Amino acid sequence: MATEILMPALSPTMEEGTLAKWLVKEGDTVSSGDIMAEIETDKATMEFEAVDEGIIGKILITEGTEGVKVNTAIAILVEEGESADDLEASSGAGSDDEDKAPIDEPMSANPGAPVAVVVPAEMDIPEGTEMKPTTVREALRDAMAEEMRRTPEVFLMGEEVAEYQGAYKISQGLLDEFGSKRVIDTPITEHGFAGIGVGAAFGGLNPIVEFMTFNFAMQAIDHIINSAAKTLYMSGGQMGCPIVFRGPNGAAARVGAQHSHDYAAWYSQIPGLKVVMPYSAADAKGLLKTAIRDPNPVIFLENEILYGQSFDVPVMDDYTVPFGKAKIWREGTDVTIVSFGIGMKYALEAADKLAEDGISAEVLDLRTLRPMDTGAIIESVKKTNRCVTVEEGFPVCSIGSYISSVLMQEAFDYLDAPVINCTGKDVPMPYAANLEKLALTTTKEVIDAVKAVTYR
Amino acid sequence: MAAKKTTKKANVSKEELLSFYRDMLLIRRFEEKAGQLYGMGLIGGFCHLYIGQEAVVVGLEAATKEGDKRITSYRDHGHMLACGMDPKGVMAELTGREGGYSKGKGGSMHMFSKEKHFYGGHGIVAAQVPLGAGLAFSDKYRGNDNVTFTYFGDGAANQGQVYEAFNMAALWDLPVIFVIENNEYAMGTAMARSTSSPDIYTRGAAFGIKGEAVDGMDVLKVKEASEKAVAHCRAGKGPYILEVKTYRYRGHSMSDPAKYRTREEVQKMRDERDCIEQVRDMLLTGKHATDDDLKAIDKEIKGIVNEAADFSKESPEPSLDELYTDIYMEAEA
Repeated sequence: MATEILMPALSPTMEEGTLAKWLVKEGDTVSSGDIMAEIETDKATMEFEAVDEGIIGKILITEGTEGVKVNTAIAILVEEGESADDLEASSGAGSDDEDKAPIDEPMSANPGAPVAVVVPAEMDIPEGTEMKPTTVREALRDAMAEEMRRTPEVFLMGEEVAEYQGAYKISQGLLDEFGSKRVIDTPITEHGFAGIGVGAAFGGLNPIVEFMTFNFAMQAIDHIINSAAKTLYMSGGQMGCPIVFRGPNGAAARVGAQHSHDYAAWYSQIPGLKVVMPYSAADAKGLLKTAIRDPNPVIFLENEILYGQSFDVPVMDDYTVPFGKAKIWREGTDVTIVSFGIGMKYALEAADKLAEDGISAEVLDLRTLRPMDTGAIIESVKKTNRCVTVEEGFPVCSIGSYISSVLMQEAFDYLDAPVINCTGKDVPMPYAANLEKLALTTTKEVIDAVKAVTYR
Repeated sequence: MAAKKTTKKANVSKEELLSFYRDMLLIRRFEEKAGQLYGMGLIGGFCHLYIGQEAVVVGLEAATKEGDKRITSYRDHGHMLACGMDPKGVMAELTGREGGYSKGKGGSMHMFSKEKHFYGGHGIVAAQVPLGAGLAFSDKYRGNDNVTFTYFGDGAANQGQVYEAFNMAALWDLPVIFVIENNEYAMGTAMARSTSSPDIYTRGAAFGIKGEAVDGMDVLKVKEASEKAVAHCRAGKGPYILEVKTYRYRGHSMSDPAKYRTREEVQKMRDERDCIEQVRDMLLTGKHATDDDLKAIDKEIKGIVNEAADFSKESPEPSLDELYTDIYMEAEA
């Protein structure tokens, strides 16, 4: 059967090209892999190989022809005993649109389509449940230990997590209880062990990968984003990656620019990741247990300064906190202060001081940044008509700027003042004590912002 | 009655030779067809063909057993066909259609099959190396004797994460075979211009990982090396490195004119070392098959590939609501 040889597209963007040279002539026999012609694109000259075997029945486009459109018939391949005219008579040489799939218009420009987050119900803490003062450090350890007891598929890996008992002592005691098979010291090679962790998760295990700090996870961010977050989508839903990346994030104290970065906004940008940043010990425990059970990659951002702080944690067999649900720490009527992680410290201190001045602040702890409980923010702002956000990260493209944009789009008519974002300053973290203090956000800045939006 | 050519390769049966021939030919014809569909604009973006390298994956697969895993780079079509994935699903992914392995959402570089233990299809050079070590980690953790084949190229062999993975794989005795498909060019940069030491297989020595170089144009030699490496890994002796010396006939991707090497160099390889021709010769001179037998196989393969191509054109584009699916897995209640 005679077939048309079509002008090929030789790059993702090629629409036409020059048929520079024929390397075969009419009557030549070709087999697959033989070079038939040279074709020039705007970028390069490419060799064009035969795919099928046959005889060049007719050359339709002479060499030297410029501007030959992709999919134009350039020659006719015939089998032994056939004539090129057989095909020409029947189909009329030239490009046809038959194979071109129609490109449908997208339904509508609706970038916000999937953000409708179903807010899960908070776990009921039965009345009379004992509350035990627990540090964030202990709460994190308890969460891991409980989940490791629950299923053998959960294991912990990272630098100094085993014999050293954790660089920040989060994994204290875990090696003793679970052994070196499940509590694994790694070399100081974040890129490599993050990749191994992701591979183990593809293989069906539930790794907890501890970064000594998230600053070092920049070495591993390719695996976090390209390998962990995107693979479920790229595999059409086949290849899940149930992994938790956890460790301290953001500024500690006097550790300089390379050890003080807050990555909350970075990871929150990535579809495929879930991002958690707890403040209290109870949330640290309940959210980490939820993270370990989640079938998706979870970024769990802790804070070194909070590790030693105590909070009441309910004494329950299995205390979990759902993702995507903000927590109201303090109800108020005049302004909504939205924060998460250590930012909550400033938010709550500011609310206390503001109360003394007769300003009633509602304080919302997001707890999970992705999915974010934007519904809770909007509900609160409908009541208070004002909003201040608090975080330690950089100001440009921050969590606060996202919240501001959500409020602009979804609660514009309720706002009585522009939203103010209290953030870290737009500078690398300085070492000097006075400059470092200046670079971070402060309780005073939150108070000033609230006074500005309440016009006091 | 063994013919001269087969006596030195006596450890191969007629059936095995025929199956190698068939498997390698399927990859070659499939890739040629993919190139053609690319030319017609039916396949978009990047498309990296495996033509010339068929013996590597076919030889390695010959030593696998159920449950063994494989992971590779973006030059992945051959690996998928060799582990038994359906050519229709692979081709339909290339055309970005619903019937593709990733429902059209992955493309040439990103395909997976849980059923066949094929873990992708990775577009970031060398990312699959620690991922492969991690897959091997999961088998070791579970205490089975499965092996992970982690394929990467001579270009990837210069990435730092490869050595991080070597270190941990050796430290933890992970059952992973690092298969370096050395096709001599990291995109357009020849080995000599990118790689300080030419013997990549020796690079595991610093970590105590055994390595060897293999003629990757000879499927029997690849199979033999694979068996040795697999036995090592299954016995719990840790990782193994195979540097399989091969050659790609086509450019790095469809849009690469390959001007960094001469046409003669490519032609010489095709004429003298071609992996499929070698097996064809063995089959004919060993009187394992007649010309007509092989023609029948050629025809059968052509049929399979045409069927895949037809499917890849007929399968519809993914429905528009697929845009927002498969981003997260549902958490269990």
